[in-house]
Order: sequence, then C-alpha cells, then structure tokens
Amino acid sequence: MLNWFKNNKKEYPDFWLDYLNHFKSKKRTDIKTTRFVAFDTETTGFNKKEDRILSIGAVSIIGKTIKVNQSLEIYIEQDIFKPETVKIHGILKHGSLEKISELEAIKLFLAYIKDSDLVAHHAGFDKNMINEMLLRNNLGKLKNKFIDTGHLYNKSKHIIYRDNLKEHYSLDDLCEELNVAKTDRHTATGDALITAVIFLKILSRLDKRKNLEWDYLLK
Amino acid sequence: MKNSIAERVADFLNRYPPFNMINTSDLLKIASEVNIIYLEKGDTVFNQGDHFNDHFYMVRDGAITLHYTLNGLEKNLNMNDVGDIFGVRPLIAKESYKLTATANEESIVYAVPIATFQSVADNNAKVYKYLITAFATNAYDPFTSEENAEVFVDYIPTTSNDMVNFQTAEYTKNPVTCKENTTIRDAAIKMSTLKIGCIIVTDKNKNPVGIITNSDIKNKIGTGKFPIETVVTDIMSAPVITSKPDITVADGQLQMIKNGIGHLCITKDGTTNSKAIGVLTHHDVLVSLGNNPAVILKEIKRANRTKKLRTARLKANTLLKSYLEQNIPISHIVKIMAQINDAVTYKAVEIAVSKMPTEPPVSFAWLALGSQGRREQLLFTDQDNALIFEDVSEENYDTTKSYFLELAKRVSERLNKIGFEYCEADMMASNPEWCKSASEWRDQFKNWILKPDEKAVLLSSIFFDYSYIYGNETLVDTLTETIFTTIDKTSLFFKFLGRDAIKSPSPVGFFKKFVVEQNGEQKDLFNIKSRALMPLIDSARLLVLINKIKGINNTAERYEKMAELEPENKALYNSCAYAFKALSKFKAKQGILHKNSGKFIVLETLTKEEKLKLRRCFKPINEIQETLKYKFDL
Repeated sequence: MLNWFKNNKKEYPDFWLDYLNHFKSKKRTDIKTTRFVAFDTETTGFNKKEDRILSIGAVSIIGKTIKVNQSLEIYIEQDIFKPETVKIHGILKHGSLEKISELEAIKLFLAYIKDSDLVAHHAGFDKNMINEMLLRNNLGKLKNKFIDTGHLYNKSKHIIYRDNLKEHYSLDDLCEELNVAKTDRHTATGDALITAVIFLKILSRLDKRKNLEWDYLLK
Repeated sequence: MKNSIAERVADFLNRYPPFNMINTSDLLKIASEVNIIYLEKGDTVFNQGDHFNDHFYMVRDGAITLHYTLNGLEKNLNMNDVGDIFGVRPLIAKESYKLTATANEESIVYAVPIATFQSVADNNAKVYKYLITAFATNAYDPFTSEENAEVFVDYIPTTSNDMVNFQTAEYTKNPVTCKENTTIRDAAIKMSTLKIGCIIVTDKNKNPVGIITNSDIKNKIGTGKFPIETVVTDIMSAPVITSKPDITVADGQLQMIKNGIGHLCITKDGTTNSKAIGVLTHHDVLVSLGNNPAVILKEIKRANRTKKLRTARLKANTLLKSYLEQNIPISHIVKIMAQINDAVTYKAVEIAVSKMPTEPPVSFAWLALGSQGRREQLLFTDQDNALIFEDVSEENYDTTKSYFLELAKRVSERLNKIGFEYCEADMMASNPEWCKSASEWRDQFKNWILKPDEKAVLLSSIFFDYSYIYGNETLVDTLTETIFTTIDKTSLFFKFLGRDAIKSPSPVGFFKKFVVEQNGEQKDLFNIKSRALMPLIDSARLLVLINKIKGINNTAERYEKMAELEPENKALYNSCAYAFKALSKFKAKQGILHKNSGKFIVLETLTKEEKLKLRRCFKPINEIQETLKYKFDL
C-alpha cells in the first residue's frame, strides 16, 4: 500500500527531504528560547512569475541576541536583469560580488532556516518570491510559519490608536516610529537586520501588556 | 561569504576607542564574532556577583547604567552612552562582576568576544592602555578604588603620540634586600633608616624569594598576628611577581593591576630564578607618566612664580582633552579640574600676598564665584571672584580696603596671565563693589534676599554659588549662616529665582527643532549655555537654597542630594544630574574642538547621534521647569 503512495511522489533531492524532516519533530517551546529567522530578498521587480531574486539576507534571533557570525548573505546569478531596479538594490549584473546559482542558493537558504519561524516585512511578497523559486527548481513550498512585521506592528498599537494606523507601513516608516538606524537600507542583509531589530522592539511592546502567547504572535 | 553586517559593525566599532587603534582586517575579524543584543528598559546585561562572561560590551544605541548594591543601598556609578565600553573586568581580572549593568532605556549593545579580541589585540599596548583606563575609571569609587590601588584611577593615557608608555620604566636600581633568616625587627629598622616602602627577601644566590611592604608590617605585625621577632619568611608575600629589566611603563602598570600589587621586582632574566636587580613601584610609574593630576597638583604646589603656574595649568588642559577623548565619566573629570583650578587660584593668591610690601592688616578670604564657585569649570573661562575682609574700625576702613583692592588687582593680573580672562561684567575682587568687609557683605546679601529685583536675581546666579579658596574660612561660614537665616524670613526671593529659572523656554521647539539664536553674530547657532545649562543650574540653586543644603555647589551633586531628600522625585532629579553632566561634557568637547568656550554650537556639525543625545538631555529641563512652576505657583 505504501508503494502506491511512494510511486506518486516526486523524487526529491536529499537537501529538500532534510529540510522537511525538521518539521516532523517540531515542538513549540518558549518564545524566549525559540530561534527566529528574519530575512529579506532583493528582486528584479514585483512580479512573482517574471521577476527573480537577486539576493537573500537573513539573520537569526534567539532570545534577544543576534549573532553576527550566524547571518546569511547570498547573491544569485540570474538571466533576467532589469537595469531600472539597480538604483534601489545596487546589485549589478556583472559586479564584483560572488554569485551562486539559484539551486545553490536554495540549498543554503533551507539549511539556514530549517524549521525556524520566519520574520519579514511584508512577508507575503518574500514568501511568494521564494516559493516561485522553489517551484522553478521542482521543489515544494516553504513549510515555515511566517510573521509579518507590518502586521505585528499594527497589533502592538493600543486599540484606541488603531483608527489612526496606516494600512501600509513601509520599513522606513517603522524605522522612524521605532527609532531604528537605517543602515544599509535596500540591501537584503541590511534590511534583514533592520527587520530583526524591529521585530524585537515590537515583541517587547507586545510583551509588556500581556504574557505573549504563540497563538497571538502567529495569528 | 560576504558578511555586510560584520562590516557595518566594524564601521561602528572603528569610531570609538579602543577599536580605532586596531587595524581594519583585525577589526573585521572581531566584528564578525560580535553578538548584537537588544535590551528593554530595565533588562540587565550582567549582575553584580555573576560569574564573568566571555564578552565585554559596547553601547550601540541607548544607555546602560552601571550600579551596585552595598549594604542594601543602591548606588549608581556611571552611565554609558553610545560608543562607551563596559564590562571589561574579565579582560583584566578573571573574577565575578562587581557591578550590575542595566538598560536605562531601550538599548542595543554589542557583545565583543574576549577570546577573539585578545587574539588580535594582545600585543597592542595602546589598546591595553585604554582598557586599563576604562576599567579603572568605571571602578572609580571609594568602593572599589582601594582594591585597585587607587593611584591607577588617576592614570589616563594621553594621545597616541605620547610614547611614554612604550619607554622602559625607570625603576629603582640596587634594591634593598635581606636574608631569609632576618627578623622583622631588623628588616623594619633597615626600611625605616633607608626611608623605603619595601624590602626584598633573597636566598643565598641573591634570587628573590619574597617581598615585605609597609602594609605587611602594618597588617601582620602591627595587629599582633605575628611577634616582631618572627623571621621575614613567615610574613613575606611569596612568590614575588617579577619582570625583566626592559619592562615598559604600560606593561608594568598592567602587571600591577592584574596582580593587585604595588611593587614589581625586576630580576636579571625576569624570573624568580635570577638575581634581583631592582624594584618598580607605582610611584615610579606615576612619575614616568607625568601628565596626571597628582603630578600636576604637585607642580602647582611647588610653583613659586606665575609662569610656572601657567605651565601647570596648561598641562591640565591637555589632560582634560585626553579625558574627554577617552570617555572618562564627567563627574570624575569635573572633580579633578576643580581641584586643579582651586589649587592654581590658591597659589596665585599666596604668591600675590607674599609680594605685597606689607602683611595683610586683617584676615581675609578669597572666594571663587560662578562656575568656578560651583566647581564645574572645565575650560578656561572668565574669572569671577570676590574678597571678604574682617571688620575694622571706621578710621582704618579706607586704608584696609585699599590694601585689599591692591592685592585683588595683583591676583587678578596673575590669573589673567595664567589664562583666566578678565570678567567682562567686572565681577572681580578688584572692583570696589566686590571687595568688602564681612558686615558689608552680610548687608549686601540681606538686601538681595529681602528686596529682590531684576538686578539682584541676575547677580544671585553668580554670587550665591561662591566657594572658599584662600584665607580665613570663618568669614565665609558666617556669611553662609546669615544667608540661610535671612532666607527664612521671606519667600519672595524664591519666587524671583523661580521665575528666573523658568524664563528660558524649552530648548526644542514644537517640531522638535532646536531653538536657535534669532539674530546677531550668533544667528542660527544653538546656545547650549543659556538654553540648556543655565535653566538646570538656576533650578538646582533654587532647590538647595529652599532646602537649606549647605556646602554643595556642584549642580549635578545638588540634584543628587535632592534625589536623596525627596525619594518621590528621585527619577527626575537623577535625570537632571545626568543631563547636566552630559551637557557639560558636550560643551567642553565643543570648546576644545573650536578652541573657544563651547557655548555656541553649530548644529550642522553634529551627527544625528549627538543631536539625539542632546535632545535626550532636554527632557529633564522641561520637567524640572514644570515642577518649579507648580511649586512656586509661577
């Protein structure tokens, strides 16, 4: 009976199976000791089918600490290149940065994130871009839980101020609101670190009012 | 793999000592091992008594307070701002933390791994020099200074051009020694005849086996623990800490701090297995360093001519500059500079008196006023001073007064030569108005207090902050008594002072913009003295007068005292004290940078960080002004 099931399943490469394996034993632990990964992507544009990821930056957070030597910074070789977006991300088609293939990037990224909860600003966009990239390489979708800092910020505001909230907070808005230095804005790693700091600041604000629960955080 | 975060961390570290003394590739190595820690207000980095961590720390954002509890009392030691390092104890001594580090506000700190840091900085004497200072000054407190051998708190490394630290230390050659079977009595007699503080016990090969210092004799013999006929080997410290003859000043100092000792034995090959050829003491270290307050003060005391006073005072300016560069706590800097300024003034008066054709007809007292009176003068400023002479009979009054006017004129000239500008408003003892007899002064103050007007309030900001410098101190004490009894009779004076303290509006306007000067030569400059410092100074003076606090002139200390007296407003008063210190430091730094008083600040030259720092200091100004408004119904 199991054979029938197996035959229908695609032959996935080992690194993908390793990645899936992490989720089998995943248990919810205390938020204070959980590893979160804040990440950001720089892309050639906003169309998930047409555009490509040029760079991924990620940092991991455990407790209130970010370890500099445990960050991820990758640049990806792509055929699609849109000169008009260079002014935003600064990545040239044939720059001096060391670039790797999409598949290599996926391997590194999955090995880095494992089953951690992912934090991103406007997480939906980054999630779609990564999932598209996985699809192109004949892999499944990301299994990780996502936390969107824009959404989380709205929740951190007291109910009486909710009326004044903007629908859409850019990362720059949050930097202003939460007094975070905009160092290396618009590089994937720079934005990942900014997102991580913003995440920690919002967490502390949420935690002040109630004992922070997972349900609330991931909702 | 490229690590942009590490590069940015390195960029930040590189802006502050000791990291700016490390080369770029090593710094990147350190930066890539840094942990970035986020702290909420009240979170602690480490606690007093905790086992030491593998990291030391630098403030990236926010501020970290260092404090400790002693006998149940909480004491704040220092506030670390952006770029300050703290928690360096494990670098120097592997022992538990003596202090607690708490986030004063939402903060981010970089945790720098000690192992990585040491692997690149181990042979960098400049870096070590800085760390010793940071360690010693953070530990500057009666509580810890004893165990650190207090002389080190005064050692501040100067600029990188200063090669003194890399020079070989000048130690005492041919040390005094004794044999192992000598009695304490004989050893002590030898030490006392030769007027020395330590004796080295050697074996038959003249190799050192132990050392006895004055404190050993005090602690072990004086207390009766051992009889005086004991042989030296019973009480000596052994083994001896030894060093090679080519030891540098910086190394010598490091050895002493690491081992908590004051004497290093110099041997032929640097080990205890060779002949003892010398002793290096902390006094020797201090003398070689030269540029430290103890030496400057000595120089001032020995000066017999104004020219020498001037040289000594100029040295103090160099010292001040290095203090500020090294982020030494401002309260420490202020204390030292006040001591130096007072000593210079004292000496200037003393020399002037000795050069007068006759002895003073009656006793007198020399007072420092204004910022020197408050003991918060950092840079050279105007001289504000006054003179009180003992009451004399009416027929002698004129000759007495003219004698003291002449004396005051001479003192003033000397002070001017030393570097203190004449006071534009002529608030100097050489002005007949401010050179008066004791009873005239009492009447003058009574008049100001009981019949306050604009002028009285203006003068009060200078005259009520007086401090005694030279002469007959009872004259000053009596005046103080009079002031406090007179103040009891009226509340009108306080109202005037209160109104004055709140007259400067908040230094930031509605849109969080700095309020700058509107016209004149200083157009568009920010006047840090009148907008930020004066409101704090004026409020503090008012508060101590109301609460009859005597003998505390320094503005920060006045607030600290108020915090003690009114625990319910502790947070406000402490934040005022902190703001005042931070602003004074700011003004002094600007002054050194632009070679002026630092009063006017060109806002465009400030970094965003500095502006933030300034803004943070403004909050307590508003709060204290609001409190006064409420208290005095203004």
